Amino acid sequence: MRELSFSEAIHEAMCEEMRRDPNVFLMGEDVGTFGGVWGVSHDMLQEFGEERVRDTAISEIAIIGSALGAAMTGMRPIAEIMFGDFLMCAGDQIVNQVAKARFMSGGKANVPLTIRVTSGAPGSSGAQHSQSGESWFMNIPGLKIVVPATPADAKGLLKTALRGEDPVLFFEHKMLYGIKGPVPEDPDFVVPFGQAAVVRTGKDVTIIAIGMMLHKALEAAETLEKEGIQAEVVDPRTLVPLDKDTLIQSVKKTGRVVIVHEAHKRAGPGAEIAAVLAEEAVEFLDGPILRVAAKNVPLPYSPELENYVLPGTQDILNAVRFLKIK
Amino acid sequence: MTEKNNKEIENLTQKYPKELLAEMFRLINLVREFELRAIAERRGGLIPGFIHSCVGQEATAVGACLALKPGDMIASTHRGHGHLIGKGGDPRYMMAELAARSPGYCLGRGGSLHISDYNLGILGANGIVGGGIPIAVGAALAFSIRKQPQVALAFFGDGATNEGAFHEAANEAGVWKLPVIFFCENNLYGEGTPQSKQAAVKDLSIRATSYGFPGVIVDGNDVLAVYDATCKAAERARSGEGPTFIEAKTYRQRGHYEGDPQVYRTVEEIESWKLKDPIPAFRKKLVRSGVFSDADLEEIEGSVIMQLNEAVSFAANAPRPELKDALAGVYADTHNGLVF
Repeated sequence: MRELSFSEAIHEAMCEEMRRDPNVFLMGEDVGTFGGVWGVSHDMLQEFGEERVRDTAISEIAIIGSALGAAMTGMRPIAEIMFGDFLMCAGDQIVNQVAKARFMSGGKANVPLTIRVTSGAPGSSGAQHSQSGESWFMNIPGLKIVVPATPADAKGLLKTALRGEDPVLFFEHKMLYGIKGPVPEDPDFVVPFGQAAVVRTGKDVTIIAIGMMLHKALEAAETLEKEGIQAEVVDPRTLVPLDKDTLIQSVKKTGRVVIVHEAHKRAGPGAEIAAVLAEEAVEFLDGPILRVAAKNVPLPYSPELENYVLPGTQDILNAVRFLKIK
Repeated sequence: MTEKNNKEIENLTQKYPKELLAEMFRLINLVREFELRAIAERRGGLIPGFIHSCVGQEATAVGACLALKPGDMIASTHRGHGHLIGKGGDPRYMMAELAARSPGYCLGRGGSLHISDYNLGILGANGIVGGGIPIAVGAALAFSIRKQPQVALAFFGDGATNEGAFHEAANEAGVWKLPVIFFCENNLYGEGTPQSKQAAVKDLSIRATSYGFPGVIVDGNDVLAVYDATCKAAERARSGEGPTFIEAKTYRQRGHYEGDPQVYRTVEEIESWKLKDPIPAFRKKLVRSGVFSDADLEEIEGSVIMQLNEAVSFAANAPRPELKDALAGVYADTHNGLVF
């Protein structure tokens, strides 16, 4: 299969859906002429024109709010928020308007709105350009939360978002844009929401890894293999909806679990996953549910401090070893 | 009949079809009666939630909505009953929604603050001050992309012009010349604080200047003046010239919400504004013009009372939602319930 970068996969998904459906359009800060600050929409203005690839003012409330109004009026907008940190500028629109429109209207409002955001620490970007905000919104019913980790999943999950009728927050880790992987060419290739991927099978421990951390978890699993520990690595892919079954089945098999994410540990996505496992699979567990996540401090600028605060492969290894599998 | 009277007849009927005048009169009365009945039914226990009544502001709602066409859309506010009725909302389903009953506009899940009807072009009332403004701009964006000759209108109060949502949405609409009308009902108070303590400018319409489109001031208690200003703004929007900000100066005769102790203003002030009530003023104008007799208008007033009697009785007898309904309608696709 041909290989694409994560960035190219997202670009391809957007272009294919915009060719397929005239109601799909992209709006956001610097998405047009600039091509997106991460280059994801680099040549889309040329193909689709200014009507459908819209450079906006630096106005997150207006971006999300007007994308919502357009969605309610039959369009299928892709609203890009340049840094996930800026989602909070549009907090009311996302939390009080987008998420609740369908429910408050008695199910009548249709909100096919995909909000693409970059997330995670790209290195020395400081506390306001590095956050992983997935769990901020997990507590808001009405939103779907998608965190792809591979180019194929990025394309397939984005297509599901764009073809669906619900608002989706689509988190793209900045350090993933450059990674390459096989991506199906079929323009109808989609990855359904609510289906976790068992990326590596193993019998000794389950590592549930979200977004960028999937790659750290796979690295850790390689090392563990050499130590005779077979780790199963599972990527939930979507946090809302969450594929509980696949997670529980894996934990049933291994009896041990480590949850890894780049978001802060306190009330991060792992807290919800841990709670689900505690409620529904505690009898299969042979040890504590461990979480490997960013420390509960804002992300520092200094590379040494940032590295210390963020979770890494060594932290995953330490957690697995703490479980004393052998 | 005096010469002055003759002139008034001529002016009114030349400018406005008789049916339009009758509909205006019917709707401003329908809004007033709806509010008074809702207030009474809340006291009586039929309505469990908040009510922010628009008594005194009927002319803005009705004048603006009647200037729109059926495909046009509005975004409303927490004080939205008048807007919804103006845009064709059925008082039966509105009252049922207020009473939290199943046949209500939102199946009893929204309440007064969240009534919507997409078929009528009502994008929704809104519980967040200024929250609906970017949404209306988004509807205008959709019209603009699809090259449809439709217009969106955002209702909001004076208080909302201090919200970021207003400024960001107005800026976007100005830059993109979107077919949207920013309709500010300036009732002089943002909740319990006068406009003078919330904004350093007296006329909020000047705020439009910053965003590159005109701001106009209109007497919000004169339904015909509101209608005229909105027609002009809609025409401007439809012809691709972009947004207009209309500041309609009016007054909220009752509290911010029903039960508001209103310690922030005097009884004298309220009474002085009641003398400028938009409904008797319009009634007087219609009778004086000779287009309608007193009896004609009484007939309309009677029909409004009948319609509200029916609406209240419809709501009171409507079934309540079932508990399972609480889980429906959050998402279009629940992925077999996994989203919950």
